[in-house]
Amino acid sequence: MAALYEGFTLCGLVQTQNASDSPIQGIELDGDSDHAVVTDSTRSVTLYKVSDQKPLGSWTVKQGQLLTCPAVFNFQTKEYVVVSDNKVIRVWKDEDLNLDKAFKATVTADVWRVHSAPGGEPVVLFQRGAVRFLDSLLSAPQQPVEDVLSEEEVIRWSTNIVAEEQHFVLFTTEQKGECCLYVQRLNPNTLQKYRLEREDSGASPLSFSASLQDKHLNLLYLYPNGCVYQSVVAARGYVGLEGVQALPRSLRLMVPVGEGELGAASAVALDEAHVAVVGVPHPSARTGKDFLCIWNTNFQTLQAGKEMAGRIHGQVWCYLGKLFVSHGKALSVIPYECQKSSLASALGKLRHTGLAGNAALPHGTSTGRISIKCNCSQRNVKLGVNCVQPQPHQTGPVDEVQREVEALVSRGDAQDLQLSVGQLACHLVARSQAETAFYTPVALAQLVQTQFLCHSVCPGLLLLSLEHKDYFLCQLCLQLFPDIPEVVTCACLKTFISNEVLQTPYSDNFLLPHLKDLDTQQVILFLQYLQFVYLKYSQDVYTQTPGLRSPTMTQIIDWVCLLLDAHFTVLVMAPDAKGLLSNLQSFVKSQVKLFSELGKIESSLQELHKMKLSKDISQYSIEVIELF
Amino acid sequence: MGEFKVHRVRFFDYMPTAIRAMAFNAHTERLALGRMDGSVEIFNFADRYFQEKVIPGKDSRSIEALCWVGGRLFSAGLNGEITEYDLETLRPKYSLEAYGGPIWTITSNSQGAHLAIGCEDGTVKLFEVLEESIQFERNLDRQKGRIISLSWHPSGTQIAAGMMDMIRVFDVPTGRAVQRLLVDRGFGGSKSRETVVWSVVFLSDCTIISGDSAGKVQVWDGHTGTLVKTHLVTKWDVLALSVSKDESSVVVGTSEGTVIQFQFIAPTLQQQQDKEWVRTRTFKNHTHDVRALAEIETAIVSGGMDTQLVVRPLLEKFDERSHASALRKIQFPHRNLVFCAKKAGLLLFQFPGQLELWRLGESDGHGKPGDSLPLKRKPEKLLHLKRKGEDHICCSALSSCGGWLAYSTMSSVRLYRLQTDNNDISISKVPKLPKILRSAHQLCFSSDSSKLFAASSQSSVLVIALSQSECKYVHTLKPKSGSRQPIHLMTNSVDGKWLATANSDCEIHVYNVQKLKLHCIVPVYGSCPSAMGIHPTTNNLTMVHADQQIFEYSIVEKQYTDWSRKLQKQGLHNLWLDRDTPVTHVTFNPKNPEQILLHDMHMFCIIDQSLPLPDQKTQFYNQMTLRSLSEQERPSHLHAFKICKTFQDLLSVSLLDDQSLVMVERPLLAITCQLPAPVRQKKFAT
Repeated sequence: MAALYEGFTLCGLVQTQNASDSPIQGIELDGDSDHAVVTDSTRSVTLYKVSDQKPLGSWTVKQGQLLTCPAVFNFQTKEYVVVSDNKVIRVWKDEDLNLDKAFKATVTADVWRVHSAPGGEPVVLFQRGAVRFLDSLLSAPQQPVEDVLSEEEVIRWSTNIVAEEQHFVLFTTEQKGECCLYVQRLNPNTLQKYRLEREDSGASPLSFSASLQDKHLNLLYLYPNGCVYQSVVAARGYVGLEGVQALPRSLRLMVPVGEGELGAASAVALDEAHVAVVGVPHPSARTGKDFLCIWNTNFQTLQAGKEMAGRIHGQVWCYLGKLFVSHGKALSVIPYECQKSSLASALGKLRHTGLAGNAALPHGTSTGRISIKCNCSQRNVKLGVNCVQPQPHQTGPVDEVQREVEALVSRGDAQDLQLSVGQLACHLVARSQAETAFYTPVALAQLVQTQFLCHSVCPGLLLLSLEHKDYFLCQLCLQLFPDIPEVVTCACLKTFISNEVLQTPYSDNFLLPHLKDLDTQQVILFLQYLQFVYLKYSQDVYTQTPGLRSPTMTQIIDWVCLLLDAHFTVLVMAPDAKGLLSNLQSFVKSQVKLFSELGKIESSLQELHKMKLSKDISQYSIEVIELF
Repeated sequence: MGEFKVHRVRFFDYMPTAIRAMAFNAHTERLALGRMDGSVEIFNFADRYFQEKVIPGKDSRSIEALCWVGGRLFSAGLNGEITEYDLETLRPKYSLEAYGGPIWTITSNSQGAHLAIGCEDGTVKLFEVLEESIQFERNLDRQKGRIISLSWHPSGTQIAAGMMDMIRVFDVPTGRAVQRLLVDRGFGGSKSRETVVWSVVFLSDCTIISGDSAGKVQVWDGHTGTLVKTHLVTKWDVLALSVSKDESSVVVGTSEGTVIQFQFIAPTLQQQQDKEWVRTRTFKNHTHDVRALAEIETAIVSGGMDTQLVVRPLLEKFDERSHASALRKIQFPHRNLVFCAKKAGLLLFQFPGQLELWRLGESDGHGKPGDSLPLKRKPEKLLHLKRKGEDHICCSALSSCGGWLAYSTMSSVRLYRLQTDNNDISISKVPKLPKILRSAHQLCFSSDSSKLFAASSQSSVLVIALSQSECKYVHTLKPKSGSRQPIHLMTNSVDGKWLATANSDCEIHVYNVQKLKLHCIVPVYGSCPSAMGIHPTTNNLTMVHADQQIFEYSIVEKQYTDWSRKLQKQGLHNLWLDRDTPVTHVTFNPKNPEQILLHDMHMFCIIDQSLPLPDQKTQFYNQMTLRSLSEQERPSHLHAFKICKTFQDLLSVSLLDDQSLVMVERPLLAITCQLPAPVRQKKFAT
């Protein structure tokens, strides 16, 4: 799960003359994790203490001069670096008050960006594609700078990545609608050029974001049609390759775009599984494209959304658990949290590494998730229920609806089922909520069984089934939905206890507050049940058949812990819980003893294992030794 | 330097016996150690704990306790006898039946005038120590129940006696029991079992400290007979107690293998006057019963069932780190139990009760360094020769041709003729040995097997001529010094001309065997030689001492060689000097006269005299480094000491005539495996 927390305004923004221009050039970190260096689009650089929303210092160039690249912090010399009027590099320290009196050097070619990252020397990227270390450039500012790019090729975006003694400068260019990625490795210097696959519409990406994961450079880019693609370049290797390589891509996410295409939007990867997108509509809200959303790319689910007041400039920066978004007349800081996706934890908490590896797989490798991706990619194809004429689900009686659903499901045309099933389910749920007499359990169950539904597609479904005490449907949902919110899980718990509830994915932090809503009797009953299940399984742990849907021991124990956490004081006070708790305690004690004994056996067996490795020397051997 | 084929021998089932008793003589700094098999060992604590003398055991002898009176050593045992030892002839001087049944303990008063023994029949017997013997004086009041432990009050007027369930205090002049201290039994199931007071000490202030089978250390007021304090230290027995000379510290040994120290200190800084006995430290260096214990000036010495002697230094008594401040474990004897017939490829193993003769195996083909070669023939045990009589074997010898074998006990010498043709071996005892050849401290054959040398009393050597038909006494070589000490090392030259002997006075005599007279005396060095050998071509005598110093002495020129002077001038490397086991064998490589081969328990070393000596800055253990260098770089890194630690727990290293090495290892683990199960088993993973 991921969440966006209450944000705050870091600073106001000055409107520029040209409304399409962003009022901010860039936000960079300096040595302090709570500092942000904000460069506006004209003349000033301001250093903020983020948590205090307070400026610590501000530097401005003279009237008539213009900052042409965001200021960066040189982590090695503790100095700030900025470029004004494309060619003048300025370097100053925290204590310098006047930027004009600071060191400056004029170089021979126009600078695109200066990049700096902790652990690496700052590098200067020229508009024509050449790259220099800042130090060596400043030691000979008038040195000639070569052209790397062709005449009409312009840089659209650049970044640098420093990791494990490797230093990369990545930049993308555009030339007659063709986009290219350049990967410049430093020390030793090699340059590799990749051609991005062309989008059908011919549009260019709106935004790029790059990260280093598992020794691979991951490039994530967003197109106006809402497609977020990922391309992977190995951090090592391919050095010998000449010429331009085609860069394979894989679709990571289809962001619903609503009406029209995206304008000012931007996507940034938060971790292996989460992407923050700004300047998009919320799928379940109105069509305005002024939302900041976090999507889970593994499950294609929306995890959190937040409306940003005012026009979004399509800029988002992500530093240390905070998103910086410029919108309207403000720069907002929104803390976020991404937890490992709950299905992963439900599958067993150790699966994480597998999923991470999955993200780094090159394009075309099929994984368990790929089918969903395909379905997503078809979402913009306007098919589905709109073709079904007439539409009984809007007004018709139950049996007609049933027929319609059967017809839809039996079509078996998986290509467009995804969207139509979701829409149909939403409609049915909405109608059921509106008309108390209307409820189509069979149809809903069929829809759920297509496995194209998830909770975020049709949030009302599970609650509806609870309302109607349709436990069969509830079970189905619990079984098949990967993304049931903790509050709903608890609601289910209150109504009935099942194997299924225990297996729903959850996150401790989110579940705990909702668990507190349970009353004592429910808790005791639940605990009794958990104990029963645990005893049952611990007795026949080996006979447990994998096909049977039963919770694992770990899941049961996790739930016991959570319940006790949430209700411990209450349980201690409740007289009827006493027996249960002492039972539980003695049971746990015996288990702990058992496991500690097992631990001992393990280590001694390990010793045996080690001993076997040592050379077995017999009573007599003839060997050859050499002395030097 | 080169490759060597190594016979790695692990089939010598050497098994030391458990330590039963010890007594430390602070005046001479000698520790006497009594083992279960009745043997007594003398360690010189002033000379790197060198095992100076060994008095071989005897089947009927048992040692429960040892006691020094001045320089005289007494033991008493369950055979009911008191024995005084002759430390010059390494045999009991006399044994005296005490007529009190088995004797559990023996102790002398601080004046050295009387011995007290505790007997099974409940008597404490006093013996007067006379010039040449001891004489029974009287019994103290006879008690019901055996007397297990005794301790004299330093004044000599009272004796505390540990018994079953109680401690008695006797007034010595009257012989009356004046106090009866009742010792509690253990708890639970052991309530029904009598508590054995295994050990008591009687301090100057009349405090009595006892250790018993219920795991308690108890402090008593000897004036009033009241219990002051009980420390429960173990679930099993507290077996041994020893008090420091200044009576400020007491150490106890338990069945768990721990040694626990109690100190007489003030519990708080404010009340320095109110001192009490406080448990302070626990040492765990043993796996089994700690049966014998001595707290000496700077260390705690302990021994027990696990057969090793442990010297645990008290670090607060040292200002700087040195060999003396390091923990010492003495596991192997400091003398040879393995003899190798270099020409015949035979090995002789000496056990207290028997000799074993083995033929080494053979391999064919060659291999790279690190390889094990396939065996063409397995090693073969040719002979298992049991000794006659109840005296244990004290020394043995095998001629290099493999044709002669000799061994000696305290009472007799036996010589055998061996004949091996291919797979058959025949052994015949040589009858009618010269009468004069009654026993020997050391035996060795000349390299041509024509003579047998036997180290006899007062550092003399008997020369016996051997031939097919007879064996004839030739001569007795006597040292000029008149030393009465026994010879513990003897070696002769390959050319048959020279014989060198070393005795416990650190004297080394070189005799001319052809002229049958003393040739020279090597200048006496302060540390006892632990190994020596005569070079086959130069006839230089190489000696290694207990303090790890190496000397080379030219027998012909009667002076130290230039190399030896250079070595002494430059000094040996600290890492060499800090080794904690003595070199027990020196041999040479006839094919390469520059090489001296020697070994201790933990390493095997070839000294190449043609190479520069290492100084303190040189990397001393450099074989790994040299291995990693290229052939061009290597020469600049070479130094004279080539040390190989591949082989551990070494009992013997010798070089056969075919240039292959024989390394006899006795892994300590194998010894441990044969010990009885300890009372406290280490649990899995605890």
